[in-house]
Amino acid sequence: MARSVTPQRKAFNTAAAWAVGLLIFFPILWTILTSFKTEAQAINDPPLFFFFDWTLENYAVVQERSDYMRFLWNSIAIAGGSTLLGILVAIPAAWSMAFVPSNRTKDILLWMLSTKMLPAVGVLYPIYLIFIRLGILDTRSGLIVVLMLCNLPIIVWMLYTYFKEIPGEILEAARMDGATLKEEILYVLTPMAIPGIASTLLLNVILAWNEAFWTLNLTAAKAAPLTAFIASYSSPEGLFYAKLSAASTMAIAPILILGWFSQKQLVRGLTFGAVK
Amino acid sequence: MATQHSRSAARLMMAPAVVLLLGWMLVPLTMTLFFSFKKYLPLRGGDLGWVGFDNYIRFIDSSAFWPSVQATLVIVGGVLAITVVLGVALALLLDQPMWGQGVVRILVIAPFFVMPTVSALVWKNMFMDPVNGLFAHLWKFFGAEPISWLSEASMQSIILIVSWQWLPFATLILLTAIQSLDSEQLEAAEMDGASPVARFGYIILPHLGRAITVVVLIQTIFLLSIFAEIFVTTQGSFGTRTLTYLIFQRVLESQNVGLGSAGGVYAIILANIVAAFLMRIVGKNLDA
Repeated sequence: MARSVTPQRKAFNTAAAWAVGLLIFFPILWTILTSFKTEAQAINDPPLFFFFDWTLENYAVVQERSDYMRFLWNSIAIAGGSTLLGILVAIPAAWSMAFVPSNRTKDILLWMLSTKMLPAVGVLYPIYLIFIRLGILDTRSGLIVVLMLCNLPIIVWMLYTYFKEIPGEILEAARMDGATLKEEILYVLTPMAIPGIASTLLLNVILAWNEAFWTLNLTAAKAAPLTAFIASYSSPEGLFYAKLSAASTMAIAPILILGWFSQKQLVRGLTFGAVK
Repeated sequence: MATQHSRSAARLMMAPAVVLLLGWMLVPLTMTLFFSFKKYLPLRGGDLGWVGFDNYIRFIDSSAFWPSVQATLVIVGGVLAITVVLGVALALLLDQPMWGQGVVRILVIAPFFVMPTVSALVWKNMFMDPVNGLFAHLWKFFGAEPISWLSEASMQSIILIVSWQWLPFATLILLTAIQSLDSEQLEAAEMDGASPVARFGYIILPHLGRAITVVVLIQTIFLLSIFAEIFVTTQGSFGTRTLTYLIFQRVLESQNVGLGSAGGVYAIILANIVAAFLMRIVGKNLDA
């Protein structure tokens, strides 16, 4: 990466990249700005950029009228719960595939991945029916299970690729020293695997947080997370731009911050190791 | 070396994940297949018996089917073309030496983390609204008549929204691939007098080949089932009813489960064709 270029060239690159970057980021920036305007300023003609009376009123109103905290809590419980549960199920599986591979390991990995390719809409009614029969429609626990199953292949894959990078000799040494399987996992593997587990956790929380098929179709009032809360702004509340913006900003802010930390893992997690 | 003991332990540890995924795959799939051969209207008589391949034929025969296939292909194709072309360009740009590269990267990646319902609604109301949207202001500024985007140019609008969401993904993966390119190769070509165009065409693009394939395949799988973007914008009207949305309407809106399930089987077959190609690439990489 030590390519030397003229300062002019570098200045040109910088200007071009920043222009494109800001253009792509603009819708988010505009949403954040609008969330601090009054409703009248939000639809002012011509549009107001920075010079308006900044207000926090919209955030207060959104919370008061729609009980934002409940949706936020649902999102946190569903995204966090499904990811934690998925990781608990995936760690042993990924461990055994990475360290005790058999000639079927590759087939199993690919098969797991193939379940992720199943279009959700193809099984919408069966899942809907099962949810009704079990009485878990519009419950957090129902969604936690479904999103866990949706993301389980990605979780197993990510953990598998991370575990693969841990030298097997260390585990063998531990085994020679008489560590039981449990001790081996608990005291040797886990500390070394924590960075990989953390990135897996991060990316899958993001994926679950933004999931918008099952969360829209399997929830109503009680268990609806932020995806469904925002969808309820579709009409006619969506015409109140400032409030829509405040609600949107609150819905995306936590995940934007998490996302920026996870950008490196993103490539690995979403291409299943096909691009490094 | 693994002992017999650790092998059986390994199998035991794999069991929960395998059993769960097997159930998650087989149970709903079997039910979808089961319903697809039945006349099943939960709100109008319930299970009305077996009908053979009737649902499969009726799903294709319905006037909504081919337009929905077309809408799906146009959206998937449009978004792929835009994200791959712009993604390559953007990745090349971001790979150049510059000031504040980290910040620009963050700006570019950000849309990927915005939940689909938020990005669809923000675009719909704050940009594409014919009265108060930013585009309307921009059009008026240049003396043009504002366009009612989501009804007059519905497909273009959906493609724009979805491309905005997926461009970061394509860019990030292509950038990763470009950065793995051996820069000595490029320098050698440059010294031998290869023009920037030749360097791009003969070195960079071939190197990106696999990354582009991966981007295309993964995006296709996700794009085939976009839902929220249509759900909160056009609700499938103005020619934006995709196959996914059509099945959703048949199953949950008109509660014609048999018909919708037959559609679901078609969607599964379609996704599997794409998936088969992706799996081959991923599988090859596992061996390496």
